Amino acid sequence: MSNVAPRPGDPRITPALVAEHGLTEDEFQRLVRMLGREPTFTELGIISALWSEHCSYKHSRPLLRTLPTEGPQVLQGPGENAGVVSVGDGLAVAFKIESHNHPSAVEPYQGAATGVGGILRDVFTMGARPIAMLNSLRFGSLDSARVRYLFAGVVKGIGDYGNCVGIPTVAGEIVFDDAYETNPLVNAMCVGVMKESELITAKAEGIGNPIIAVGARTGRDGIHGASFASEDLSEASDAKRPRVQVGDPFTEKLLLEASLELIRSGHIVAIQDMGAAGLTSSSAEMAERGEVGVTIDVSRVPVRESGMTPYEILLSESQERMLVVAKRGHENAVAEILQRWDLTAAVIGEVIAEPVYRVTEGDTVVAEFPGSRLVTDCPRYSPEARESDAIVRLRETDVASIPELPEEADPLWTLERMLSSPTIASKAWAYRQYDSTVRTNTVIGPGGDAAVLRLRGSNRAIAVKTDCNGRYVYLSPRNGARAAVCEAARNVACAGARPLAITNCLNFGNPRRPENFFQLSEAIAGMGEACRALGTPVTGGNVSLYNESPSGAVYPTPVIGMLGLIDDLSHVTPATWSEDDAVIVLLGEILGEPADGLGGSEYLARIHGTVAGAPPKCDPELERDTIACLLECIRAGHVRSAHDCSDGGLGVALAECAIANRSAVVGAEVDLSAWADVPLRELLYNEAQARIIVTVPESSLAEIARIAVKHMVPPMVIGRVRTGSGNLEIKHGKNRALVAPLDRLAAAYHDAIPAIMEGSVESAAVLEQAAVTTV
Amino acid sequence: MKFGIVTFPGSNCDYDAYRAVVDQLGAEATYLWHKSHELEGVDVVILPGGFSYGDYLRAGAIARFSPIMREVVAHARRGGPVLAICNGFQIACEAGLLPGALVRNAGMRFISDAVHLRVENESTMFTSQYEKGAVLRIPIAHGEGRYVADAATIARLQDDDRVVFRYCDAAGNLTGEANPNGSMRAIAGIVSDEGNVLGMMPHPERAVDPLLGPPDGLLLFESLLARTAV
Repeated sequence: MSNVAPRPGDPRITPALVAEHGLTEDEFQRLVRMLGREPTFTELGIISALWSEHCSYKHSRPLLRTLPTEGPQVLQGPGENAGVVSVGDGLAVAFKIESHNHPSAVEPYQGAATGVGGILRDVFTMGARPIAMLNSLRFGSLDSARVRYLFAGVVKGIGDYGNCVGIPTVAGEIVFDDAYETNPLVNAMCVGVMKESELITAKAEGIGNPIIAVGARTGRDGIHGASFASEDLSEASDAKRPRVQVGDPFTEKLLLEASLELIRSGHIVAIQDMGAAGLTSSSAEMAERGEVGVTIDVSRVPVRESGMTPYEILLSESQERMLVVAKRGHENAVAEILQRWDLTAAVIGEVIAEPVYRVTEGDTVVAEFPGSRLVTDCPRYSPEARESDAIVRLRETDVASIPELPEEADPLWTLERMLSSPTIASKAWAYRQYDSTVRTNTVIGPGGDAAVLRLRGSNRAIAVKTDCNGRYVYLSPRNGARAAVCEAARNVACAGARPLAITNCLNFGNPRRPENFFQLSEAIAGMGEACRALGTPVTGGNVSLYNESPSGAVYPTPVIGMLGLIDDLSHVTPATWSEDDAVIVLLGEILGEPADGLGGSEYLARIHGTVAGAPPKCDPELERDTIACLLECIRAGHVRSAHDCSDGGLGVALAECAIANRSAVVGAEVDLSAWADVPLRELLYNEAQARIIVTVPESSLAEIARIAVKHMVPPMVIGRVRTGSGNLEIKHGKNRALVAPLDRLAAAYHDAIPAIMEGSVESAAVLEQAAVTTV
Repeated sequence: MKFGIVTFPGSNCDYDAYRAVVDQLGAEATYLWHKSHELEGVDVVILPGGFSYGDYLRAGAIARFSPIMREVVAHARRGGPVLAICNGFQIACEAGLLPGALVRNAGMRFISDAVHLRVENESTMFTSQYEKGAVLRIPIAHGEGRYVADAATIARLQDDDRVVFRYCDAAGNLTGEANPNGSMRAIAGIVSDEGNVLGMMPHPERAVDPLLGPPDGLLLFESLLARTAV
């Protein structure tokens, strides 16, 4: 071991300084024991980052271990930059989702943009070429000026970054709910494709191999971003705006091309993004995976500003930087490739046999930790878990007795009001700002159930989608997380895909509060149940705790990013209706069951301003069987369209089939008279899971029935598509019917968000601000 | 016939143009690196979409100084065909190959959508396989696509029949709503004086494979092939 002494000018290590670094007294003592001495300021900074929840998963790892992560399709499970699964024909897909919530809460444009950049790097460092981006967003109510500003800024940030790099943004979801008012959620997912043989991992190997810093120079931006992401938001958070990094998508594009070229050149052994906690975590993690030591000389790191201290260089989260372990003697070949892309590279360290993590500044050792214990010896917590009594009471509320509003006497009023709910309404205002067709693989783009991308060089395609209903998870965490997995699976199945594997982004509140830790542990349990039932292992993801502000925690929101595989391009299925006289059939959960309550529904939230009741029960086995039934029907060529019932229930789903494609709206006659004894609002707006609306030609009905019985999911014929009709007509008993003119439904659905956002002051402010900050 | 597709460091539609030419048209194509001084004997140059050098300053402002652009300009001056798409159109204007400029969209936002275009001039080397007045459905994806020029230039473009595509509605009518970015006279594409440089904001290379939508852009590439076949 070397002699490590404080650097001249370093602040003294005091309890206040330790607390400022987010370390508890116990954690500090743990550090002192590990070192056998007091840490230096630099070492304290390193540990503050590595032991943050963001890097260490100290509250979540024991729970995450319970998730299924294996399957014949899995080539790379959790623990790497991204998960990788085989999709046949020698091709593999790398995919991962990650949060950028706190940066986006204080600086929406850069926060979201750099979130996109980070997840892109995670995917291309596996050797995969990114082919699609998705994002899962949660905001407060659009009635709030601040929320409109955040929404507009996040959307522009996502668009400007992805558009410039040239990766299509193809799917996602956006939910608006007061629970996210001060703490929006911005989760970005990236999907890439490679040949199986091109897979590379971020494992430092080969004693004497040089460690090379590549890409942008290191500046003072984003210092302590990982720690910032691991504490509650507060009034003071705005002052932490300097912890938000600034994105440069052009450099990212260069890095992408150069990295793929490097990986394929055979000159390097490992590559990793300098993401959260920058140089510190990338070098420590690569060493830990390779079970080797490393030494880094910070004086050799190319910097943007003079006078940067080792502390700053190690913890900077300047964007668009990579750490590469090259083969010894291949330094020049590496430099040549980078030069071609006008990127700088500098050898900053070496893989060593001695089991230490050592940082020097020239010849002076400024930090040193024993072995790989730096990463593995972090604290682990299993805090108390206890469900909040208030939530139990909410769940047990009898919501069926909530009286209808006088306006609901006109069922068209209710349907229009549902369709214009920003959570349900068309999100074209946002995704029209995302290039969704670049790279010419997008078979189904944003606006459908799932996006479909062809796999070049095969007759296959993948379907991808993110999903989570945080309201369900809030009211019933285990069931809600099951539902998130199942909804994502249902969505890719509607596009014609077999669900293959998931990535997850766990957005929760402070785990030290028992009610929050209860939600986290229950949700992970539910997620595991659903993944096991569906055969979709977890290949990686991200944990984002501390999503709370003085007004409380967000809804627990375990976002699921689902990857599905379409074996034949002819199986790709649209969501909207088009074929005249096609029969409308419901597959899955039977209508009018007692489970058809309104608990946790968008209807209660939108029409009655109430979040209560037991959310719909999710039965993963029934989901699995329904999906199998649907896929068999699709493969046999019977299905003209498939759309799942989720937020807003059957009523909203039927309307979406009719009017989601505004340039080709299609009417229908639906007859629910067989359930005339069930209140119409329960039929239309309960959100029973495992329910899919398909349209099939009359001639296929017998075959559909046979397949459905085989899977034990009885089909229910409920109507017919009428392309010539200008109405969606829903009969409910002899003299009762909802006759909804398509143009009114389309206006409610398509114009809702533009009406709020266009011309809003906040939206204009974002455009102006972005014009300045992108330079 | 050989197509040369210029790759600036920030080009991101070069791959799509390459695939369109090779897979759908069945012609030969090669990438031309921005630092190169050599056109490698290509017959048609494609300036593809993307963000050539990041375009933080002004789209295409730096690209026009790149080594390859000197060769592209010389090729155009010799009468060689140049197809300049999206960012390529911006670069062609900056390089003086086409008049006018592309500025920030009227709504200030990036727009990604499939729009309708009306073929205004079917007698160019890029449009000979289309019917005059044909309505095409082609994707757009740009933040700076509003075509502007001074009154004299607009009048000249008009008089010389150099406006090749205009934004229109599904029925082929020019309406304010159908003009996505506020371009003057709904101009979506123009040709140079000599007719050998076409600049257009929409992406014909994204509309060549029936799997992804109507392949309405394919005839544009086929027009170029037909020209050399004569």
